[in-house]
Amino acid sequence: MARSNKQSGGFSLPFEQAVIELEKQIAALEQRDNAEDFAPEIETLRGSRDSLLKKIYAGLSPWDIVRVARHPKRPQTSDYLEMMCRDFCELHGDRRFGDDPSIITGLGRIGPYKAMIIGHQKGKTTQEKITCHFGCAHPEGYRKALAKMKLAEKFGLPVVTLIDTPGAYPGIKAEQRGQAEAIATNLREMSRLHTPIVCVVIGEGGSGGALGIGAGDRVAMLEYAWYSVISPEGCAAILWKQANEQSNAAAANALALTARDNLANGLIDHVIPEPVGGAHRNPHATAKDVQSWIVDQIRQLTRSKPETLVQRRYEKLRGIGAVAWQQPQISASAGH
Amino acid sequence: MTQAPNRTWADSPELAPKGKKAVPEGLWIRCPDCAAILFRKSVENNLWVCPECHHHFRVSGLRRIRQLVDPESFEPFNERMTPVDPLNFVDLKPYTQRLADAQKGTGQNDGVQTGAAFIKGRKVILACMDFEFLGGSMGSVVGEKITQAILLAADRDLPLVIVSCSGGARMMESGFSLMQMAKTTAALARFDDQGGLFISVLTDPTTGGVTASFAMLGDVILAERKALIGFAGPRVIQQTIRQELPEGFQRAEFVLECGFVDRVVERSELRSEISRIIDYAGK
Ligand SMILES: [Zn+2]
Repeated sequence: MARSNKQSGGFSLPFEQAVIELEKQIAALEQRDNAEDFAPEIETLRGSRDSLLKKIYAGLSPWDIVRVARHPKRPQTSDYLEMMCRDFCELHGDRRFGDDPSIITGLGRIGPYKAMIIGHQKGKTTQEKITCHFGCAHPEGYRKALAKMKLAEKFGLPVVTLIDTPGAYPGIKAEQRGQAEAIATNLREMSRLHTPIVCVVIGEGGSGGALGIGAGDRVAMLEYAWYSVISPEGCAAILWKQANEQSNAAAANALALTARDNLANGLIDHVIPEPVGGAHRNPHATAKDVQSWIVDQIRQLTRSKPETLVQRRYEKLRGIGAVAWQQPQISASAGH
Repeated sequence: MTQAPNRTWADSPELAPKGKKAVPEGLWIRCPDCAAILFRKSVENNLWVCPECHHHFRVSGLRRIRQLVDPESFEPFNERMTPVDPLNFVDLKPYTQRLADAQKGTGQNDGVQTGAAFIKGRKVILACMDFEFLGGSMGSVVGEKITQAILLAADRDLPLVIVSCSGGARMMESGFSLMQMAKTTAALARFDDQGGLFISVLTDPTTGGVTASFAMLGDVILAERKALIGFAGPRVIQQTIRQELPEGFQRAEFVLECGFVDRVVERSELRSEISRIIDYAGK
């Protein structure tokens, strides 16, 4: 797991040790009184760091990518709202039970468009993380998201969702309040929502908890996000009978959870490249690219009538699946 | 309430211990609930319900169909639809091997049987999930057959009955399985728009991505007594919150109290329950 490292702000990824060493050297030079005398050396070190980062990130395993997706400094929905959205007007509550802070919803302007923006929030401070259940929403979070989507539909606003959750919250109260019903209802209603829906997996795309706000017209993933039916640890615990480094890595690999794999399998529409070394190293550049992709999609989608959108969205979902047909023959009927 | 045999967790096809049949073999069987030793034939004649304590044994999809429909009225669809291994998934065993074993063990291509049938003389489109097949998990075939059943019900304006029995989405098809949730629910939206009647029957267990998609979207939701119904399975919840779960948690009666199923029913009442709802809906 991640080791503590003071020089890089308390957290570093295990495969970035060499980069951290270089960054320490750069920092040491920069802190010297005569730092300007070392400008060329600093430049060279920065160059080596960048090319090293590039090399490391080009060779990340799926399990490494899961770790990047979970980096504590990785930009979250609240960061994207700040960086790519003007005049954000948060709207709270599901009008049924409460207000789940692990899904933020509200009106905002992205580029030239007004939109309803909905995103998982993991939390930044320890307190916020606890309040947000680390991005694991309760049923009221999904119901809030749906209520705001319906509001968007009523006023002809596109819906933008930012997905970043390890999964829907598994707990007693979540079950009592109908976690399954909430997600199921969102899926059904999103499939027939008469307004554009644009989704970006910005970090973790954990199973039904991600899909619960993810059934859209266009779905993209950031380059180092993951999206799958189950977390690698969950999968490893069940199929490998244990969750450890090896089995987690094996499960991450088997689940085809990376952005590239999901694109290759036709499950998403686009991969948004991240800056060298991941979104956490340059949140602003990341937000700019996320924004421009979203704006492009809204521009294209708003050209179609809502009925056409709903029909196409349906056809897209309808086509997903891989099945074969057995040669005509009487199949054995054992066991009955 | 005794328990353990039916413990499940979300998206887990591994529930059934290896080689364990839904219904035990042998002339005499022991009821896992009341421990009574029962003559197999008498349980079979009682719809696989313990005559002593009403424990509902888990039944396969085909057996479920036989119990539910008018004799000889089931007309299957898509029997030859068969799974592929789109991700070349290998864990401790290759997925292809798990599929071959499950197919050999059940005589079925995958975990759901769909078709048209009559229930007390009322024509329905019926889907019955099969827990014996990789924990009734939903991959592409289950999702596609359920979707086609929904669309057929829409096309013919027939009532739709889906009997769920599943640990959730199938891990070995990963994203393909996940997206079956969106696909089946999108089809249900169409059916709903057309005014179709969907009766969802939840049996032990119904969890994970199946509960969080079509199973929870019935116009009327019936649950067999004591069936485990939930999103996350009890083990995952216990590991997360690190405390004991309340008595009867996630059982049908509990879920009814929480407001998420309409009726808890005995297996023996299922045919009449379904047919009277069809009559009330005028379908
Ligand atoms: Zn008994």
